[in-house]
Amino acid sequence: MTSTLTLSSRETYRDLLVQAMPADDRLVCLDSDTGLFLGQDFGTAAARYVNLGIAEQNLLGTAAGLARCGRIPFVNTMATFASTRALESVKIDLAYANLPVRIAATHGGLSAGNLGPTHHSLEDLAIMRLLPNMTVLVPAQASATVELFEQCLDLPGPVYLRLGRSATPDLPVDAPPIRIGQAQPLRDGDDLLLVACGPYPVLLALQAAESLAAAGIEAAVLNMHTVKPLDEAALTATGAPVVTVEEHWRSGGLGSAVAEALGETGRRVLRVGVADRFVSMAGDQQFLLEQAGVTVEAIQSAALRALKR
Amino acid sequence: MTGLATGRPAEPDAPAEPDAMGPGSAESSLVEPSLAERAISVRERIIEMCATTGGGHLGGGMSLVEILLVLYFEVLRNDPARPTDPARDVLLLSKGHGALCLYSVLAERGYFPVSRLAEYAQPGGQFMAHPNPELPGVEMPSGALGHGLPVGVGVALDARLSGTPRRTVVVLGDGELQEGSVWEAAMSASSLGLSGLTAVVDRNRLQITGDTEDVVGLEPLDERWRAFGWTVRQVDGHHPAQLRHALTAAPEDGRPVVVLARTVKGRGLPHVEGMAKSHFARLGDRQRRQALASVRRGAQPATARLGAGPA
Repeated sequence: MTSTLTLSSRETYRDLLVQAMPADDRLVCLDSDTGLFLGQDFGTAAARYVNLGIAEQNLLGTAAGLARCGRIPFVNTMATFASTRALESVKIDLAYANLPVRIAATHGGLSAGNLGPTHHSLEDLAIMRLLPNMTVLVPAQASATVELFEQCLDLPGPVYLRLGRSATPDLPVDAPPIRIGQAQPLRDGDDLLLVACGPYPVLLALQAAESLAAAGIEAAVLNMHTVKPLDEAALTATGAPVVTVEEHWRSGGLGSAVAEALGETGRRVLRVGVADRFVSMAGDQQFLLEQAGVTVEAIQSAALRALKR
Repeated sequence: MTGLATGRPAEPDAPAEPDAMGPGSAESSLVEPSLAERAISVRERIIEMCATTGGGHLGGGMSLVEILLVLYFEVLRNDPARPTDPARDVLLLSKGHGALCLYSVLAERGYFPVSRLAEYAQPGGQFMAHPNPELPGVEMPSGALGHGLPVGVGVALDARLSGTPRRTVVVLGDGELQEGSVWEAAMSASSLGLSGLTAVVDRNRLQITGDTEDVVGLEPLDERWRAFGWTVRQVDGHHPAQLRHALTAAPEDGRPVVVLARTVKGRGLPHVEGMAKSHFARLGDRQRRQALASVRRGAQPATARLGAGPA
């Protein structure tokens, strides 16, 4: 995988929030000692930046209390802490109560790299999409973070925004505008449908589609940036076999969501994701993804299996 | 801003109002029931709900009665006709198994007709054993323990950011203090200087499996809260005047206030008072009649054996 790294979705999000807060007094930035906001100038909104320290249950509960009073809190923590450590607070205080808290979950997937499995988040999409009222968003490049950030502001319920840690490549295509809840078509093709979410999976899907085209197989590529609510119409617009790609354990995430949606239609769905194990080794995000089996080759192999029946 | 309206002016000292739990004067009872009379009504309704096929959390509801009555009738600025008024004071019942008492007090206060309590545990109805936020006056879903104080931090923080004279009161069970999230919130509340936040601990000393001090001890509870930066007030949780005073005295120097209210689990039912088995009960008809008689007479019945078991 050779690509130029541009911007981090995490830093893009940070800049958006810092700029948006002075003009919108509904917004509150709740930090959990992440360091993401060190040195940031919130201007007239400075009182609405609150660092609650290293206490994720209180972080999510406090956000719920603020949201009950008409605020739109942005909660800042790592994806794995929001989705596992503070899960009951997310389930009850946010999802059950259906409150407009935005969880800015950084270090999604394997983007924590060397920090290891304690900081990897390969379960979060599964967990968050299980919760009623929750919207689950995964930008595939930094610029998409801008669109999703702006569009999520006025959603009535909770939002989970999965962000990376470091810079990721921009997609090598002119992507049409993003609408929450609508899959973003990145490539046309009648033989196969590749459905991916997140920076590297979408990039890998595009690369695999190019390779498959060279072999005479035309694969469409959908960027499923909204994992919930899932755009089922985009999936059923074609009858082609489906291969999903994600930076998540194979169970429970995007692949499972697609398989659930299409299971009763008889469509063939194969899932490319991280094998059922912890990725317990040193390395950066790209290296760990390769080690975990999320590669162009794995997608091609799945594509050929999907077409052979 | 950190200034926050307390519901009422502070009383100079812990007052002695020996008649507070006594019967109201004949004149006042014609106009409006006394708190003591309301307490009997609230307890009767809790018993009735525990006598349904669903059963209910009896003991922890009975220990809460005076706490919630004083809050809803004498401390909080609230209007049953406008349960979502942004200017209201907010009460969060963190010990969700106190729902039967909350329902009963909300009905007493006029948030919904008392007759609706007959819907408790009816299939498809809104009256579940833990608080349903769909009901007017119920501010948050609770029952999973340790959630109320974090949410209270957020509600109190909003008041400060907005300059709203809102008071936020979170009612906790004592066993609930074993949840770590309570102490996360306690730390942040004092760190943020949320003097508009009050916690009330229903200190009945019992959880399902026994005495809190035998399970995972909480004492010295006052010192623990003080060490977390809170102002601590200790009262008899069945004594309205003491509760009123503790809940209305002005907060000190930016500290949140915790009221440690000593209570008796199953209060009013002599055969289960102070017993862990009162936690959850499904009362048979005879037990129901005995319990109602106990509450009405304030006297111990000759025999009463309440069927009780774990929640």
